Amino acid sequence: MSKVIKIAMAGEGGQGVQSVAEIIAAAANDEGKECLYIPNFGVEQRGGVSIAFVQISDEAIGAPKFNTGDIVVALSERAVARTLQYVGPQTTFVYDASLNVSAEDLPKNAKRILEIPAVEISKNELSPRVFNIIIMGAVVGATGVISVEGAKLAIEKQLGAKFEKQPKLRELNFSAIDRGIDLVTKAG
Amino acid sequence: MSVQPTMPKSWRVDTKPHKFCPGCGHGLVLKALGQAIDELDIQDRVVFGCDIGCSLLAWDFFNVDTVQTHHGRTNPVMTGIKRANPDLICIGYMGDGGGYAIGSQHLVNAATRNERITAILVNNAQYGMTGGQMAPTTLPGMKTETTPYGRDVDSTGYPCQGPEMVAAITREGAYVARASVARPVPLKNYIKRAIENQMSGNGFSFVECLSTCPTNWRTNNVETINFVEKEMTKYYNVGEIKVPDPKEPLGIKTSIKVPTGGIG
Amino acid sequence: MSEKPIQGERRAFLTGNEVVAWAAVASEAEIMFGYPITPQNEIMHYWTRMAPKFNKRFLQTEDEISAGFTTNGGVLAGLKAFTATSGPGNTLMQEPISMAEMMRLPIVTIVQQRGGPSSATVIYSQQEVNLTTHGGNGEGLRIVYSTATHQELFDYTIKAFNTAWKYRFPTFVLGDGYQAKMREPLTIYDPEVRGIEMVPAYKFVGKPGKPGVDRPPTQLRNIFNMEEELFEELGEQFADFEKISPQIAECEQFGCENAEIVVTAHGIVARAAKSAVKDLRERGLKVGYFRPITLRPLPVKELRDTFSRAQKVLVAESANGQFDQLLKYAAYGITTEMVPLFKPGVGINSEDIYDKVMTMLAS
Ligand SMILES: Cc1ncc(C[n+]2csc(CCOP(=O)(O)OP(=O)(O)O)c2C)c(N)n1
Ligand code: SF4
Ligand SMILES: [Mg+2]
Repeated sequence: MSKVIKIAMAGEGGQGVQSVAEIIAAAANDEGKECLYIPNFGVEQRGGVSIAFVQISDEAIGAPKFNTGDIVVALSERAVARTLQYVGPQTTFVYDASLNVSAEDLPKNAKRILEIPAVEISKNELSPRVFNIIIMGAVVGATGVISVEGAKLAIEKQLGAKFEKQPKLRELNFSAIDRGIDLVTKAG
Repeated sequence: MSVQPTMPKSWRVDTKPHKFCPGCGHGLVLKALGQAIDELDIQDRVVFGCDIGCSLLAWDFFNVDTVQTHHGRTNPVMTGIKRANPDLICIGYMGDGGGYAIGSQHLVNAATRNERITAILVNNAQYGMTGGQMAPTTLPGMKTETTPYGRDVDSTGYPCQGPEMVAAITREGAYVARASVARPVPLKNYIKRAIENQMSGNGFSFVECLSTCPTNWRTNNVETINFVEKEMTKYYNVGEIKVPDPKEPLGIKTSIKVPTGGIG
Repeated sequence: MSEKPIQGERRAFLTGNEVVAWAAVASEAEIMFGYPITPQNEIMHYWTRMAPKFNKRFLQTEDEISAGFTTNGGVLAGLKAFTATSGPGNTLMQEPISMAEMMRLPIVTIVQQRGGPSSATVIYSQQEVNLTTHGGNGEGLRIVYSTATHQELFDYTIKAFNTAWKYRFPTFVLGDGYQAKMREPLTIYDPEVRGIEMVPAYKFVGKPGKPGVDRPPTQLRNIFNMEEELFEELGEQFADFEKISPQIAECEQFGCENAEIVVTAHGIVARAAKSAVKDLRERGLKVGYFRPITLRPLPVKELRDTFSRAQKVLVAESANGQFDQLLKYAAYGITTEMVPLFKPGVGINSEDIYDKVMTMLAS
C-alpha cells in the first residue's frame, strides 16, 4: 500500500480518543499533509467502545477506514477486544498498563506490543485531565507522523482559550505530550 | 346550484365552463374565492395551490399563478413559496381527505407554526375524486363505497372536527372558520377575512367549507342541499371559530357542542 | 447584500456535512428545508449557524415529505432551495422529488446514505443508489452526482445547483455517512475566483405583472386527463434528458487501455478502488480503474468502451448489487465477466479490493 500512516484508537466514552484523534489529524493538516479522521458513530456510540481512525500521508488517502493499522491504541479491556481485528504483522499495539488483561487477551500477531503506564502517570505525576494527551504523545512518538512542535501547536489551537485563563494548563498539557513520547521511545 | 352567469374577474374565462359535476360545491367555493380576490384586488400577488382530489380540476381555474401539488401536500408547497417570497399571498385549496387524512401532519404543523398561508378545505364528507370512499369527515352511519353499511363510529371514528382542532393548536393571530356553500355570503366573507389575515401577517388562516358532492352522495338538488343544511350541520358548526384579537389570551373562542346520533 | 461567505480560496479541514453547508452558501443557495436524520444532521446545524451572517433562511419541517414539498415551493418562488436527507428520509423524499420531476423543478437534495432497508444503521452504506437514481413512480428524470472526497463534495454541490437551474432537472449529491462525518482537508473557494459562472435562479410563480392582463398565468400541473397528454409531455422530457446527458455525464478512469481487470466503484468506495489499483499497478499488474461520477445519467459511452476492452470487471460497492445493476443495464450486450465485491452496509477498504484482484489474477 502507499505510504500512509494508519492509526486506530479505541477507548470508553469520556477517555477522549476522539478529541485526540482530531487534534492529531488537525496537526497533520496544519503541516500541509493529507490526512483523514473518521470516528465510529452510531447507536453503538452510546455505551459502546469509541474508535477513531486517522490516516496521514503525503499523498491522497484512500478509503476512510482500513483493515490493519500501523498503530493501534486500546484504552480499556473492551477496547482491546474490539481492536484485535485491526492488528496485523505491521502493527504496533499500545495499551495501558492499568488494564486487567492477560497475554491471552492481547494480539498474537502484532509487530510490537507496548504497555504504557499512562493512567498511572496522569494520576500520580500530572493530572487525570491530561490522560488523553499522554496517549497523544505516545502516538506521536510511535509514528513520528507529526512533529512535536506541530502537536503542541495543535493543542494550543484547540485549548488556547483555556490556557489564557489558566496558564498552568499549558505546561501540564505540554509535559503530558513529552511524557507520552518518552513512554514509547524509551519502551522501544 | 349551477354557477352564476356573472363570473369573478379573476376567473379565467377561456377555461369555463368548469369541469366539476353539476351541483358540486367546489364551484361555489371557488366563486367565493374569486370574489374575495377581486375585492381585495390581489390577482397579481396570489399563488393558488390545488391539491389532488376534485380540487385538482382548478389548476387552470383562475387568472392567477397556480401550482397543482400532490394529494395532501398543498400546505407544505404553499409554506415553501411563502417562506421564500413573503410578498406573495399563498392560498392552498384541498379536500377533506387531503387536509385531514393524508396531509393531516402538514395541516397540524402549518397551524402550530402559524404559517402565514391560507388553507381552504372543502368538506364533502367523503373522497369525491376517487369515487366516494369514507373520509375522516364522513358522518356516522353515512354510506360510502368503503362503508357500504354506514360509517360505524366504533371502528372508524367520529367526524373530524378540523377547524376546532386548528383553533386549539394555533396561537393568537390565527383565523379559523367553518363556512357552508349553502350560505354564499358568509362563505365569501370568511374566505376574504382569511386572506386578509394572511396579508396582515397575523398567522395561519383556515376555512373549512361544508360542500356538496351529489355525484357520490347520489342525491338530487333538494336532497343535496338538505344534506348540507340538515345533516352535516348536526356535526359541524358553521361560523367563525377563532378571529385574531391581540387583547385576547390564547385559546378557542367558541365552545363546541358535540352532537351525537347518526343518519340512515 | 451580505458579504461574500468565502473570500478567494483557502484550505480548510472540515467534516463532510460542514463542507456541504459551506458549498451551499457558496452556491448562493438561499433557503434550506430539512428534517433531522443521522447522518445528515450537521448540514442543518452548520447552515443554521451561518444563516444570520449570510442572510440565509431555514425551516425545520414536520417530516421529509414536507421538507421536499417546501423545497419545491422555495424554487417555485424563485430561490435556490435545497434539502438533505438519508435512508428512510430519502424514501419519503421521493414523493416530492417526483413532483419536481414532473414539473421540472430545479431542487437540490443532498443524500448521506445510511444502512438499509428500514432504519438499519445510522452509519453508512451505498444502498440508496436505486432510490436516488430511480425513486418515485417514474423513470428517474434526475441527475445524481456520487462524490468520493471532500473536495468533490464541495465542487459538486456547487455544480448541482448550477446543473439543476441550467437544465431544470432535480439534482442530487449522493454522499454517505462516512463522507458526512469524516474530516479531511480541501480547498473551499468563492466560485467566481475559479471562473465558475453561477446560473441565476428565476421565478416560476409571482413574476411581475397581473396574470391574464400583463402576462399569462403560470399554471403548473402534474396530473393529466388523457394518457396521450402524458405521453406527449414525457416524450419531451425524455428527449431533453437524452440530449443533455452527454453534457452532464462524467467519469474518472486510468490504466484501462490495456487492463486485464478493471475495478469499478462509485462514491467513497472509489477511493479504496483507486488506491488499490495504484498499488497493483506499481507491482506491474495490468489493472485499471473506472469510476462513474454521475450515476444518473451514467457515462454510458466511456463505460461501454472500457468494459468491452477488459477481460474482467470487478464491481465493488457497499450494497448488494444496486450499482452493479445500473452498470449491467448500461453494458448490455458486452460479454466481459463482471465479478462482484458486495458488502451491503459496510465499508470497503483498499486491502479488500487489492486482495480480491490478486485472487482474480491467480484464478
Ligand atoms: C399519495 C396518494 N394517495 C392516494 C391518491 C388517490 N387520491 C386521489 S384524490 C383522493 C381523495 C380525494 O378526496 P378529498 O381530498 O376529500 O377531495 P375531494 O375529491 O373529495 O374534493 C385520493 C385518495 C393520490 N392521488 N395520492
Ligand atoms: S365528484 Fe363530487 S366533489 Fe368531485 S366534482 Fe363531482 S360532485 Fe364535485
Ligand atoms: Mg372530499
